Amino acid sequence: MPRVVVDVMLKPEILDPQGQAVQRALERLGFDRVMSVRQGKRFEIELAEPVGTGPGAADAAAELGRDMAAKLLANTVIEDFAVRIADDAGGTA
Amino acid sequence: MIRIGVVTFPGSLDDRDAARAVRLAGGEPVRLWHRDTDLAGVEAIILPGGFSYGDYLRTGAIARFSPVMDSVISAAGRGVPVLGICNGFQILCESQLLPGALTRNNHLHFICRDQRLRIESDRTAWTAGYQPGAEIVIPVKNGEGRYVADPDTLARLDGDGLVVARYLGGNPNGSVADIAGITNPAGNVVGLMPHPEHAVEALTGPGTGGLGFFTSVLRRPVRA
Repeated sequence: MPRVVVDVMLKPEILDPQGQAVQRALERLGFDRVMSVRQGKRFEIELAEPVGTGPGAADAAAELGRDMAAKLLANTVIEDFAVRIADDAGGTA
Repeated sequence: MIRIGVVTFPGSLDDRDAARAVRLAGGEPVRLWHRDTDLAGVEAIILPGGFSYGDYLRTGAIARFSPVMDSVISAAGRGVPVLGICNGFQILCESQLLPGALTRNNHLHFICRDQRLRIESDRTAWTAGYQPGAEIVIPVKNGEGRYVADPDTLARLDGDGLVVARYLGGNPNGSVADIAGITNPAGNVVGLMPHPEHAVEALTGPGTGGLGFFTSVLRRPVRA
């Protein structure tokens, strides 16, 4: 079954104190080449059945993912999102 | 007696204090449940503080889609006064009844202290009883209280006098322009990060500086 993957990140202009804390922790561990860290969220959504058939199915599933992201998964006032479709094997279509 | 609804979501903490504040102010609190769609004819609504739905996804994001919110959003559109305190403010922003968003405190710590505020506007249903410029001390307690909005929104908030309260004596969470609370252009919807319901009597709070929010709304009832 198709899997919709939605990545949500704070917009670049929004301060990410969590990412900064992770960055400082990495530096304490000796990772001295870290320029910056931004922390986001990833949603993996399995659909009960394919959305349509044929070559348009992935597009339709992605459209569904964008709808879910815009309505609930991301707050577009402060966050950007990206949607992609993964197959069962974990690859990206 | 004017009836004011206080909504309880799963994870609300301050609903009892909000109801108590309404009673001390001289109103009749009406407890509403997040699954209610009927607002029981209340004349104003409070969305209290807490951690609705465990703050899962984003603060207020799940609560925004609970059944009661459809009724609250439609009541707000009819001019019914709505006050969102802390998590309630976060829900109002997620509902787009107020612009901007509340994000993680810039220092990452949960902060809990008595906070000095300046009331910037008396042109709201919830602050009509204050003098503009009045200073009050009420508790602030949040982990995600940093108000953010894009520059156009900020200019509009400032230009149209929609900032209701600002932090004084130190910004507790990194909010832009020291903003502690805002209102919509109609002045019936107010979101406030600090907690006026915890400052309504000398015995249990830093003073009675918060009581004015609850007495103000009793002046101008609108039936839901």
